[in-house]
Amino acid sequence: MKVPILEARNISKSLGGKLILDDVSLSLEKGELKVLIGPSGGGKSTLLQCIHYLHRPDKGDVFLEGRSASEMGRRNICAFRQEIGMIFQDFNLFDHLTAENNVAIALRKVKKQSKAAALARAREELARVGLADKASLYPAQLSGGQKQRVSIARALAMDPKVMLLDEPTSALDPELIGEVLNVIVDLAKSGMTMLMATHQIGFARRLTSEIIFMEKGRITEAGPPAELLAPDSRSRTADFCAKLNELMGQG
Amino acid sequence: MSFLASFSLGAFLESTQITRAAAFYLLGGAGLTCLLVFLAMGLGLLLGTVMASFQVYGPAWTARLVSLYVWFFRSIPIIVLMFMFYLGLSSQVDGLILELFGVRASIPAFPVAAAVLGLTSAAYQSQIFRGAMQSIPSGQFRAAKALGMSQVGAIRSVILPQALRISLPAWSNEYSILLKDSAIAFVLGVSETMARINQLAATSHQPLLIYILAGIIYYLLTWAGVKLLMKLYERVRIPGLAEVDHSGF
Repeated sequence: MKVPILEARNISKSLGGKLILDDVSLSLEKGELKVLIGPSGGGKSTLLQCIHYLHRPDKGDVFLEGRSASEMGRRNICAFRQEIGMIFQDFNLFDHLTAENNVAIALRKVKKQSKAAALARAREELARVGLADKASLYPAQLSGGQKQRVSIARALAMDPKVMLLDEPTSALDPELIGEVLNVIVDLAKSGMTMLMATHQIGFARRLTSEIIFMEKGRITEAGPPAELLAPDSRSRTADFCAKLNELMGQG
Repeated sequence: MSFLASFSLGAFLESTQITRAAAFYLLGGAGLTCLLVFLAMGLGLLLGTVMASFQVYGPAWTARLVSLYVWFFRSIPIIVLMFMFYLGLSSQVDGLILELFGVRASIPAFPVAAAVLGLTSAAYQSQIFRGAMQSIPSGQFRAAKALGMSQVGAIRSVILPQALRISLPAWSNEYSILLKDSAIAFVLGVSETMARINQLAATSHQPLLIYILAGIIYYLLTWAGVKLLMKLYERVRIPGLAEVDHSGF
């Protein structure tokens, strides 16, 4: 039996006394793209952060290629996090560094590469997301879409096995969403395993093998888009998506 | 600065009957003052960044320890601390020196003064850095960890470089305060500017002018230091952050 590349088992997490995640499980095979959909506050961000072990789950465990995260010491958790890339809604670029240094810094400090090697790789990754000419600009000089693409380049430079994306386009102006989605589509086509929380339904249904609907800390529904979003399905997912489409003026 | 030019420093010095020897004597004092301030700011920077890091990112008990430290050095006047440390240390150490080396010697005043100024400055600097660190969006710290950096690595490579840059204006203010506080070292007998000014004033016919000269010396040292720090700030500034109003300088 094939071991899924990423597996979250029975994750529960409380923050500030409130139960945010309640016994959530999911798994990803290599090369799969799965999408997390649901109302804000449903726990999608917290789930992604728990999978990345940025928060330690109160219960449950995360497995990367079969290796359990809960059994790892502090140093090994750092190595664990290197193998999973994370893209945030607010980009979280390092403001004091140029685009290329943003991409290079983890290569230098974590992977201990030389400055020259790190910069060379950084420029490669920036070119891959279409930002070769913006390499020496600072985050303050970049548009939202450009910032998000730099953050994708930064994550990719670490050669992760899995990418987690937490609403990557939610903070972007509508006209800038396209450029980021294009990069994500390219990534998917190149076989990157991805778990993405998003409100971009149209995009999701085209690319993903499974939609996972989360609400109030639980997975309410999960299934292929064809099933959940079929015109006459009365799934909670279809309901939610219809409301979203209404809001965004899409048919 | 233009009013000084028209004032003519030479004419002023003549009226105070400051000889060349005396001028060099004061220059030496200014040198010691600068050394004192340099060492104290340095100690404050080292300790201050460590304490701020623990306050913002460390476990709660470390944050409480730092709080206690800050309260201690904020509450007690530096002049009291100077005597406390000097007398406290010398009562312990002088006996030890006698035992170990058979020599009757006192601990030198200069290092003690520098230490007291440095430890006090560390308390204030830690709060400057703490504010700066807390102003950096927490998402950046999360992103650094997501890339595989350890907590310490993230603080060193992502948080501190930004916090220090943000802190420069407040830090130059701390410099100007420390420069003034350095004059207190004279009570321990450190031969810095204040001590030497006092010497000259004691044997002068116009002591008032000597003290005005002291004011001028401190003014020049303040002006030079702050100007340098502001230049540094302009060079390393993080693009996109709020503009600082420089009209006060």
